[in-house]
Amino acid sequence: MDLNFTEAEEAFRAEARQWLEANVPRGLPSGDTREGFALHVEWEKKLFDARWSVVSWPEEYGGRGASLWEWLIFEEEYYRAGAPQRVTQNGIFLLAPTIFEFGTAEQKARFLPRMAAADDLWCQGWSEPDAGSDLAGIKSRAARDDARGGWVINGQKTWTTRGAFCNWLFGLFRTDPEAERHKGMTYLLVPLDADGVTVRGVERLDGDEGFAEVFFDDVFVGDDLVLGGVNQGWGVAMATTSSERGLTLRSPGRFCAAADRLVDLWKRRSALAATGDLAAVGAGDPALRDAVAQSWMEAEAYRLATLADVTGIVEGRPQGARSSLTKIFWSELDVRLHETALRLLGPTAELVDDAPGAVDGGAWMKGYEFALSGPIYAGTNEIQRNVVAERVLGLPRK
Amino acid sequence: MRFAFTDDQILFRDTVADLLSKECPAEAVRWAWADETGRRRELWSALAEMGVVGLTVPEAHGGLGLGEVDLVPLLTEVGRVAFPGALVETTAVVAPLLAENAPASVAERWLPAIAAGEAVATVQLAGQPFVADAHVADLLVAQHDDRIYAVPGDKLRLTPQPSVDGARRLFSVEFDAADAELVVNGEAGWLAANHAFDRGAGATAAVLVGLAEQMIAMTVDYVVARRQFGVPIGSFQAVKHHLADAELKVSFARPTVWHAAYSLAHGRTVADRDVSLAKCFASDAAEVVARKALQCHGAIGYTTEHDLHFWLKRTWALAASWGDAAWHRRRVAHLLLDA
Repeated sequence: MDLNFTEAEEAFRAEARQWLEANVPRGLPSGDTREGFALHVEWEKKLFDARWSVVSWPEEYGGRGASLWEWLIFEEEYYRAGAPQRVTQNGIFLLAPTIFEFGTAEQKARFLPRMAAADDLWCQGWSEPDAGSDLAGIKSRAARDDARGGWVINGQKTWTTRGAFCNWLFGLFRTDPEAERHKGMTYLLVPLDADGVTVRGVERLDGDEGFAEVFFDDVFVGDDLVLGGVNQGWGVAMATTSSERGLTLRSPGRFCAAADRLVDLWKRRSALAATGDLAAVGAGDPALRDAVAQSWMEAEAYRLATLADVTGIVEGRPQGARSSLTKIFWSELDVRLHETALRLLGPTAELVDDAPGAVDGGAWMKGYEFALSGPIYAGTNEIQRNVVAERVLGLPRK
Repeated sequence: MRFAFTDDQILFRDTVADLLSKECPAEAVRWAWADETGRRRELWSALAEMGVVGLTVPEAHGGLGLGEVDLVPLLTEVGRVAFPGALVETTAVVAPLLAENAPASVAERWLPAIAAGEAVATVQLAGQPFVADAHVADLLVAQHDDRIYAVPGDKLRLTPQPSVDGARRLFSVEFDAADAELVVNGEAGWLAANHAFDRGAGATAAVLVGLAEQMIAMTVDYVVARRQFGVPIGSFQAVKHHLADAELKVSFARPTVWHAAYSLAHGRTVADRDVSLAKCFASDAAEVVARKALQCHGAIGYTTEHDLHFWLKRTWALAASWGDAAWHRRRVAHLLLDA
C-alpha cells in the first residue's frame, strides 16, 4: 500500500493545475441551453488546443497517452479549479471507449480526432418511448439496403441529452426483428444532418432544453457507420454502459470539489447564522453540521474506493458488475450533498438565475436538479441494485 | 500509488482465515456463550504461533514488528468468524502502546509474553466504562488522566457487566495504585492515549467489516436456499435490494478502513480524521447489514438456534464501542468545520 504519486505524476498535476488556474472560464451559463452549449464548446476547443481535452487517449488522436492515475489527477485538478462539466462527455467518455475497442482503423481516424477537438458533438440514442430500463425492448428499425450498401432507419429515440445541439448520434437499432430480444441489434453512428432526421428539444426538470427526441424517417447510413459488427450491438453497447456506470464518467474529483464547496458554504452560512440573520438561522442546526460532515465523508469514501478500483484495473482485476455499486454510490451521495446545501440555504434555497438574493447565483438549486437525474440515468438505481444482487452476490434472476 | 494489500499480506490473511475457519466455527462461538470463561487458550496460542498476536510487537521482543496495515486483513478475518477474544485490545492497542512508551523494564516484562501468546492484554482508556476480557487478561493497561498504568491481571477486582453478546465478556474494573506500574505520563501520556484510542477504533472498524461481510454471505446462502411461492426468496426484488444496499454499505466502508490503517501506520497528521471516517462508516455499515440480514432471514433469524444472532449481537456491541458512528461523525465535523 503506497498512496503517494510518483514525481512524474506530481509534475503532471502541477502542469495541469497551472494551466487550469489560468484558463478555466468563470461564470459560464449552463451548457444545456443552445447559447450556453456554444460557449462550452469554445471552452472544450481551448482544452483541446492545449491537449487537455482527452488526456488518456493516445497522442495520435489528440491525447497525451496519460495513465489511468494521471487521468484521475487531471479530473481532480479540473474540478478543483471550478471547471464546468464536460458537454462532450457522451462522446469522449461513452462512445470513444467503444470505438477504441470495436472501431475499425478508418473509424478511429475519422471520428476520434474530431471528437477530441469538439468538432463533432455526440449524443446517445438508446432510450425509446417504450424502452428505458428495458433497453433490449427497443423497436427502432434499421433495414438492410443492399443496393446502396447500408441501412435505412425508422423509429424514435428519446431522452437524448443535448441532442438538440449535437451533430452526431450513436445508438442501438434493431437490424434483425426475428432474432431473440438481446440479439439482432446493431450499434450505428448516425449524422443528425442526414435526410429524414428530426430533432425536437425537450425542456428538462431544470428548465434547460437538455433533452431531445430524435425521429428517424427513412434515414440512410452506410456500412461504414456500423460499429462492431451487424447484429452485435448489445455486446458492443454493454461495453459502453459499464463505462457510464463506472468511473470514466464520474471521477471522484467532481464530488470532492462539491464537498469542499459545501464545507465552505457551511462556514459562510453558520457565520451568518451567528449574527442572528433570520434567513440563515437554520444553518446553526447541529444536525446540519453532521450532514455536512457526512457528505464530506461520502465524497472521501468515494475517492478512496476509486483508488482501490483503479489499482485493481491497473493490475488486471477489472470492476465488472461492481461498477453498479459505484454508480449507486456517486449518484446518491450527489443528491444528499445538494439536499444538505439547500437546507443550509433555508429560504434562499429556491432563488435561481438572476435573483439578487440568490447565494452563489442559485447554483445549489441548479446542482440539486441535476443531481436528481443521477439515480435515473445510466441505468436507474433500481436496475443497478438488481445487477448488484444478481451479478455481484449471485442471487437468482428468477 | 497502490491502494491494495501485498501478496504477502494476502497470503498471511488466507493462512489465518484457514486456521480460524477450522478452529473457530460457529459452534466455537456458541460454546463461548455457554462456557464460564468462554476462552480457549489453545486457540490464542495457535494465533500467537502464527505471529498474529505478536504482529505489532517489535522483533527485538519476539514479535513480527509489523503495523496497522498488516493487521487490517487479519482483523477482518477475526470479525468474519466472530472470534471471541481480545485481539484488538492486545495486538492493535496494548502492544504498540507499550512498545512506543513503556520503560524498558515494563516492555521487557510484557512484550515477549504477549508475542509468545502467554499474556493476554486488555485496555481501559478514559471514557471507556467497561473492560473486555478482563477475566482472562494477564495485563490491563489503564489510563487515568495523563497517566497510563500497567496492572497485572491478578490484581484486578472485577464486576461482570453482562453484554447482549454472550461471547463478549465485559467488566467494571478496580485496582490499587500500589499494584500499578507507570507506563507514561504528562504530554506523552495524553498523546499515547489518543493514539491508542485511534488504533482501537481503527482496528474495531476492520473487525466490523468482517462481521458485515459474513452476515451478507450467510444471508445470500439463506435466500438462495429458502423457497416460498415456489421460488427462492432471493429472486424477489425486495430481497435483492436489501442485499444490494448491504453490499453497498460495506463496499464503501472497506476502503476507509484500509485508509485509516495506512494513515496510522504513516503517522499522517490527519490520522484522527481518517480513523473517525472509518469507524463511522464501518459501524454504520455493519448495523445496516445486520438489520438487512435479520429481515431477509425472517423468523429463523430471530431465534438463538440459528447462528446469525452471534454476528448481530457482536455488531451491536462493536458498533457502539470505541466511539459509535455519531460520535465519530461529530469528530470529523469538528476537525473539518472548526479548524
